[in-house]
Amino acid sequence: MNEVNEQIAIDHGLKKDEYKKICDLLKRTPNITELGVFSAMWNEHCSYKSSRRHLKKLHTKGDQVIQGPGENAGVVDIEDDDAIVFKIESHNHPSFIEPYQGAATGVGGIMRDVFTMGARPIANLNSIHFGSIDHEKTRNLLRGVVKGIGGYGNCIGVPTIAGQTCFDESYNGNILVNAMTLGLVNKNKIFYSKAAGVDKPVIYVGSKTGRDGIHGASMASAIFDDKIEEKKPTVQVGDPFTEKLLLEACLELMAGKSIISIQDMGAAGLTSSSIEMASKGDLGIEIDLTKVPCREENMTPYEIMLSESQERMLIVLEAGKEDEAKKIFDKWNLDFAVIGKTTNSKNIELFFENKKVADIPIDFLAENAPMYDRKWIKVKLPKENNFSKDDFKSLKLSDCLNKILTDPNIADKEWIWSQYDHTVMGDTIQKPGGNAGVVRVHGTNKAVAAAVDSSATYCNAHPLTGGKQVVCESWRNMISVGAKPIAITNCLNFGNPEKEKNMGEFVECVEGITEASKYLNYPVVSGNVSFYNETKDKGIKPTPSIGGIGLLSDYKQMITMELKNDGNYLLIIGKTEGHLDQSIFAKNILSNHNGPPPEINLFNEKQNGISILNLKNKNLIETCHDISLGGILTAISKMSIKGNKGVKIFPIEGLVNKFEYFFGEDQGRYIIEIKPENLENVEKILKKDSIHFDKLGIIESDKITYGNELKISIGDIKEGYKKWLNEYMVN
Amino acid sequence: MKSTVIIFPGSNCDRDMDVALKKFGFENQMVWHNDSDIPKSDLIVLPGGFSYGDYLRCGSIAGKSRIIKSVVNFANSGGLVLGICNGFQILTETGLLPGILQQNKYLNFICKNVFVKIKNKENKYFKNIKKEVLELHIAHNEGNYFCSNDELKSIEDNGQIAVTYCDDKGNDNEHNNPNGAIKNIAGIFNKDKNILGMMPHPERMIDPFLSGEDGSLFFENLIGNV
Repeated sequence: MNEVNEQIAIDHGLKKDEYKKICDLLKRTPNITELGVFSAMWNEHCSYKSSRRHLKKLHTKGDQVIQGPGENAGVVDIEDDDAIVFKIESHNHPSFIEPYQGAATGVGGIMRDVFTMGARPIANLNSIHFGSIDHEKTRNLLRGVVKGIGGYGNCIGVPTIAGQTCFDESYNGNILVNAMTLGLVNKNKIFYSKAAGVDKPVIYVGSKTGRDGIHGASMASAIFDDKIEEKKPTVQVGDPFTEKLLLEACLELMAGKSIISIQDMGAAGLTSSSIEMASKGDLGIEIDLTKVPCREENMTPYEIMLSESQERMLIVLEAGKEDEAKKIFDKWNLDFAVIGKTTNSKNIELFFENKKVADIPIDFLAENAPMYDRKWIKVKLPKENNFSKDDFKSLKLSDCLNKILTDPNIADKEWIWSQYDHTVMGDTIQKPGGNAGVVRVHGTNKAVAAAVDSSATYCNAHPLTGGKQVVCESWRNMISVGAKPIAITNCLNFGNPEKEKNMGEFVECVEGITEASKYLNYPVVSGNVSFYNETKDKGIKPTPSIGGIGLLSDYKQMITMELKNDGNYLLIIGKTEGHLDQSIFAKNILSNHNGPPPEINLFNEKQNGISILNLKNKNLIETCHDISLGGILTAISKMSIKGNKGVKIFPIEGLVNKFEYFFGEDQGRYIIEIKPENLENVEKILKKDSIHFDKLGIIESDKITYGNELKISIGDIKEGYKKWLNEYMVN
Repeated sequence: MKSTVIIFPGSNCDRDMDVALKKFGFENQMVWHNDSDIPKSDLIVLPGGFSYGDYLRCGSIAGKSRIIKSVVNFANSGGLVLGICNGFQILTETGLLPGILQQNKYLNFICKNVFVKIKNKENKYFKNIKKEVLELHIAHNEGNYFCSNDELKSIEDNGQIAVTYCDDKGNDNEHNNPNGAIKNIAGIFNKDKNILGMMPHPERMIDPFLSGEDGSLFFENLIGNV
């Protein structure tokens, strides 16, 4: 067996002082298997050593929360006995190296996190970020990631109902693939990872263990260099068919009463799953690695412990229930092996071919894992641009609109989502391409809305505001489909935490997220952190992805965004001041990348959202869409294109420059469609509630018009908006 | 009326089909692939999904599964057998239906609403449907129907083309062909018209809140004719 020394520890991603701490704790030099276990548990991905102290600040409580962060996924109450289990997770590093398998196993991993808790997955979502559209790798990465997400989700038969795609050069060397899953569970039948009781059998089920993915978690905690392609063998290979069987078998076993605790083998495989179960139960665990089903010959204890082969679960069963459980896994043709038992030693003890190959107190791996208070710097709010009349002099509204609608971050993404099965399970009532995806809670009148958002541009300009903004945007997406926002999951994608600037971005984004989620009672119940998204010293823009969910108690009251009927009025809820800094317009038309992001006013945000839900409950709203990237005119265009209806825009009141008015990205705003006979009533209610609103226009013809300054047919804008991505992908 | 949905490992539209059949009045039962007998039924359905993972040719392993012998016997004795999506692929693998389903022409999985034109109403599946064009939903990677010229001639001569991809007016030309299928074929019968395989999923279109309701017309008609 290899002799362990400091250099080997460093090769495992450990720092010198971390290695010294291991030797001090053990009072000896670890053997290679033990070193492997330490390196897996102490890397950033598993230990959260740079982020933990800041994550503690997140707002995680609320009456609706059944389980907050710390379990396989978060759980929230959706009334009656139903609960939603959900989480978002990153699979960034593997997806850059091998886009298909990286993305596919990202989807597989997050679905396992959800069904581990006893929930049947009912919807998948994703947030994917790629480099510049001119970068040589972008097309292939996008194609591979989309195929991977589809390949896995489509096969399992869980609809992919919403998502988000961004392009920005800061992702040239580090794409982001964040996958999210929602599952439905009876709130009295949730399964947790905490083991309990001594001498309980520890069961391995699912696929066999191979050499794939060894050190995956360590890779996810490292920055990339030129030799990144050499890491291909550490990317796991997905087998959605086996996962489907595993899902059905686990749910069948869960219908009985034999499971004490269950945990999927995700990052750091058997190592982290066994240690987490024992650690949470304050127990020891003994595993005979000879009994682990292996698909390759001569695997060493080190390899078995660190493999990240997919589609595997670890279960602690009630003693004596082994045969009953095995029958189920036999039916589904899955491996089932009793590989160990819980003990009262509080150590993890590993045996191989009748020899003890590792013996480590579990405290050393979990509670004594390093925790850092990394240095960070605050980002000042940038100075505002003062655009002058001259900046807009030669501009025409229609040219600007056409350019914005074909911006990669605005243009239609049907090329992507038409490759995902979004209708299987027969409950998808709002498909991708709207404000949020919506699925019915099978067999009930309820429905759950879900969306993923990120806004790296704002976060990059001012992380604190950006953090707040993403949460608000998610909240708005729920409101826009008529759902009451319930809770969020966050995937925090950042650069190298050892750099003060990157760490500062992280700390302040988390602060912003916390502030907004607390104010809106929109708590964070699960998530993960992905640091070291950096290649050759270039980090990504700070990119927290927020996955939000909301509840519709009557799915028939769902709102959609396409314009409905000629003669109906459009109102803007929320105040328009014309904030152009950091907007799509500033970037695309004015080539200006400076200035602060739009300000967030949480009071208005909440009031505006609640007022829309009130109007919905009174059946006064026909259509709703939140105003986000690209401002009012972009929002109207999307609503027009989807509904195939034109809009006559009324003259703007006040002195706002029309470009600022139409393309400014002020926050907390929505466009709603109101029937003429309801207009007076709606205005009365809004005035009474002190909600700022403007009359925007009336639905008519097949053109968007604004006096003599804009006359553009829906057919024309549709062409560019719908075709951009298709054409980009075939070129 | 009794129906049976066969569940293969990897089937994933089995529940959706069960929901749809029951909604329109069938007394439905689910039968596991490893069983050898099928309880008395008026209709057997092979649902969509990825049977056995479809890592080999789609439907090929399911075509050799234990239950399939009973399905073949049932079909050969005139029983109604409906295969949707993966079920269609399985029916071609068993030889109950001619031809094969290749990967889609543009090599992508496609999930969207399509229109199909009913080409033959002299059968229990489409007999009393008043519309000529139905809006249905497809979700597949291998739906590109292909067969030899001789087979095609025989299929056409025998009126075995059930539905073809078309636009909302019923024009079934190449512009309205989502996956490259020969002659826009979306579904075919056997010679006796008791077996139907088709790529579109009627079970996903049975409610105004879903992608549409033309699937309801299909099931309403079916139970009326069984």
